[in-house]
Amino acid sequence: MTTTGWLIVGFPLFGSIVIGLLFNRLGGRAAGLVGTAAIAASFVCAIITFFSLEGRGHEHRQVVTSLWDYANTVGVDAQVSILIDPLSIFMALVVTGVSMLIHLYSVAYMASDRGYARFFAYLNFFVFSMLLLVMAGNFLLLIVGWAFVGAASYLLISFWYRRTTATQAGIKAFVVNVVGDIGLVLGTYFIFFKGSHTLDYLGTFDKAHQIAGGNLTAGCILLLVGAFAKSAQVPLHTWLPDAMEGPTPVSALIHAATMVTAGVYLIARMWPLFEQAPAAADVGAIVGCVTLLVAATTALAQTDLKRVIAYSTMSQIGYMIMGVSVGAYAAGLFHLMTHAFFKALLFMAAGSVIAAMAGEQNLDRMGGFRRAMPFTFACFVIGGLALAGIPPFSGFWSKDEIISLIGERGGWHWILFTAAYIGSFLTAVYTWRMIFRAFWGDPVPEAVELEGGHLHHAEVHTNPATGEEEDTEVGFPGPDHHIAEREGSMKIAMGALAVLATIGGFLQLPFGIVDAVDRFLEPTFAGSKYYDSLDPSDGFTLLGLGIGAVLGIAGIALAYRIWVQKPGTAERVRARFGAAYALFKNKWWFDELIDATVVRPFAAFGRFGQATFERVFVNGTLVGGTTGIVRVGSAAVRAIQSGFLRAYAALMLLALAGLALYFLIQAS
Amino acid sequence: MAEVLFFIAGIGAIAGAIGVVRVANPFYSVLALVFHLLSLAALFLLLRAQFVAAAQVVVYAGAVMVLYVFVVAYVGGEQMPVRPAGGPALQIGAIVFAGALFVELVIAFLGSSLQAIDTDGAQYDPGFGTPGQIGELLLTKFLLPFEVASFLLLIAAVGAVVLARRRGGIIQQAQGTPLDRPRPLGTGTMAEAVGILLPEGSGLKEEPEDEREKGGW
Amino acid sequence: MSIAWFLVVSAMVFSIGAGGVLTRRNPLVVLLCLELMLNAANLALLAFSRMWGNGDGQVFAIVVIVVAACEVCIGLGVVVAMFRRRLPVDVDEMTELSG
Repeated sequence: MTTTGWLIVGFPLFGSIVIGLLFNRLGGRAAGLVGTAAIAASFVCAIITFFSLEGRGHEHRQVVTSLWDYANTVGVDAQVSILIDPLSIFMALVVTGVSMLIHLYSVAYMASDRGYARFFAYLNFFVFSMLLLVMAGNFLLLIVGWAFVGAASYLLISFWYRRTTATQAGIKAFVVNVVGDIGLVLGTYFIFFKGSHTLDYLGTFDKAHQIAGGNLTAGCILLLVGAFAKSAQVPLHTWLPDAMEGPTPVSALIHAATMVTAGVYLIARMWPLFEQAPAAADVGAIVGCVTLLVAATTALAQTDLKRVIAYSTMSQIGYMIMGVSVGAYAAGLFHLMTHAFFKALLFMAAGSVIAAMAGEQNLDRMGGFRRAMPFTFACFVIGGLALAGIPPFSGFWSKDEIISLIGERGGWHWILFTAAYIGSFLTAVYTWRMIFRAFWGDPVPEAVELEGGHLHHAEVHTNPATGEEEDTEVGFPGPDHHIAEREGSMKIAMGALAVLATIGGFLQLPFGIVDAVDRFLEPTFAGSKYYDSLDPSDGFTLLGLGIGAVLGIAGIALAYRIWVQKPGTAERVRARFGAAYALFKNKWWFDELIDATVVRPFAAFGRFGQATFERVFVNGTLVGGTTGIVRVGSAAVRAIQSGFLRAYAALMLLALAGLALYFLIQAS
Repeated sequence: MAEVLFFIAGIGAIAGAIGVVRVANPFYSVLALVFHLLSLAALFLLLRAQFVAAAQVVVYAGAVMVLYVFVVAYVGGEQMPVRPAGGPALQIGAIVFAGALFVELVIAFLGSSLQAIDTDGAQYDPGFGTPGQIGELLLTKFLLPFEVASFLLLIAAVGAVVLARRRGGIIQQAQGTPLDRPRPLGTGTMAEAVGILLPEGSGLKEEPEDEREKGGW
Repeated sequence: MSIAWFLVVSAMVFSIGAGGVLTRRNPLVVLLCLELMLNAANLALLAFSRMWGNGDGQVFAIVVIVVAACEVCIGLGVVVAMFRRRLPVDVDEMTELSG
């Protein structure tokens, strides 16, 4: 079992290296197939490990296996080790499964891009880093995997590197992630250095109750900073909408299903620490709630198709963070899984629509694609129903389980409970706003063209965000676009995810009908005070399910009324709620706030430092000074070689006399 | 008697030395040096170095100085100023330096703990300084220096010939080969090496400009 | 008439020769002053040879004479070459050994 555990991490790394080294030799779609095969092998290993883990006794389901001793010095014993336990295998299954389908999708979607092999090398590298993160057995590998996924995200967001908007977005994502990395490392410092003195997870968790309260809370809050940056929670969320500059498979994989869920995984993994530091857990819950609402309201006013889905991701992750912070671990992770299914499906379908529009992403220009793209439409509908929380789709079961468990905590958590339901309603509204605007109404010219059997090509390729002209060479998107209706691999991937989004919810049904996820994850959370104790009564659960379903259907109905039934309603609503609309459209002005409070002071400080310290001290004194001294010294020495024979003779005689004097003095 | 001879020879040597340094005409300097060498030969005799004295007179004053006379006659140099280019400061400096050197050397000699300096010298056997003894030493104890010295003489002879011959030596060079004319710009092996000019018949082709602009990734 | 007197004379001639090397402009005269210094060394060698009573110093003095002869040969060859090429026969004008 340990071998397959290491192979889970090893196959994507191997795939990445092979594609990276052979990029010139792999013609056609070979690079894509190699990449997909690597992830598929990793998925198979994850399944094998899952079964062998299930075959073990209940007490022996947390296995640490280490490859080598990385560093063993004073106080620090760092090994390269992975922890094979239900939580890590759960995450590995989700990551490898969804990645495999997204790789399959990308084989066709990115086929005309000049950077095809590079794309798959990066994507495999990302999957490797994510698996390293979730399977790490100690804080060291966690931090390594954390940093690697940040790097992979940067590489993939600025994949079309000649686009200025893409590179700027990549840098923004990287910088915000680094802020999170600092939080993670400092948190580890507080927990490891001042507390448990061991980097190993299991060792740290055993000593959790020995760590001083102040240190533990500080450490956990710093870990939360890392989680918020990676999972795009307020206020470290500004990178996620901009990250939509990357290709659509990247958005599907990294910014919907896997990387942004790393924060959720972190909080779930560190549950012994968070349960000992309730203040930190409360911070997590509150931030999750705030993010949920901010993102949902912002998504109501966005016009870029991918950005709507991005804000939806942010909002759903708010649910997950709220869930794992209040103790609903299995529910939060279950929502992570179902969300991965339907969000990846939505992104893939969005990619298909954007391809049909020849790269245009603005919702204002889309409409009436229902007849032209039936398969994509069906996928969008399934994803939308799952996201809005309509039974029997998967999103319904997972989201409502989280909300009912939050209500079960009681006390001030009722505020979170209410906010979560409001968010649920808003989710339905903005999701179906997007679907109605893109698929209902009169077909736009591109849709008409597609109904006639011809895929629209833009003569002049432009940047969808700024409108500036681009060409289709390397560093820019390729000339051709691929839609789901025409590519077999895209259809297979989207079909598989649609099936999972529909039936995935049946892994965990309320009233104890099915609780596969609960029972599977129990060995990891053994000893938690919330895992078994948070058990709402049947009546309360039924009430929750009912409210959830009603709100979802009401949201869809409202969206239908505003955007389909009465076409002018949207403008009237916008005019009436002008101030709120401006707030939502401008993303609650977070970008401007961060720019004014953080970015500008830093830049000003940097300029000041360069003008004074660097120019005067470093350049002037240190560099200029040493070169000046050398120059003067060598000029002085050079003066000896004047060319005058007489001077040379004099020097020789003087030296001789000096030598004789020296020996004379010495002898006396 | 020996002291009188010593003083005469000594004063002669020093006078000759000063004459070499101070006289303007190089010809007269050479003559002063000859006088100095002869005085020195007398001093050598006082030191019981007969053979060396004879060698000094015959070789040094006889051959080397004659060579000098010839060269001075050829080259000349009466019209040169005696004063060096550095001005009177250099002259004063040189005199002071010479004085300091003299003082130092005297201190080195006399202040050393060599007791024998004050004597007339050690006991010597009758053959001291004779050609016989010198010859024996040269061929037994100092054979290697002897051989090396003769080799040095050979080298010096060859070197002198090389230095003093006319440009071009005995064989006259051909006048004005095409290699002497300056090359036009952009031709020649440097241009070929850099790649501006492709050598004929080498099979190299110019690469078209745009090929190099296409990137990989 | 002890050995010391000879040594004093030798020192005196040596210093005069050194001063001459530093002062004169004509390379021929500079070479003559070099000869002075060599002769002074010869005198010292012979004085010490007499002091020890042993012939080694005399052989050394003969080798010095040989070396002086060679050096004069070459030096004069250089001066003649300078003269032939119509370069100024002046020590202060020959400055090409500069750095």
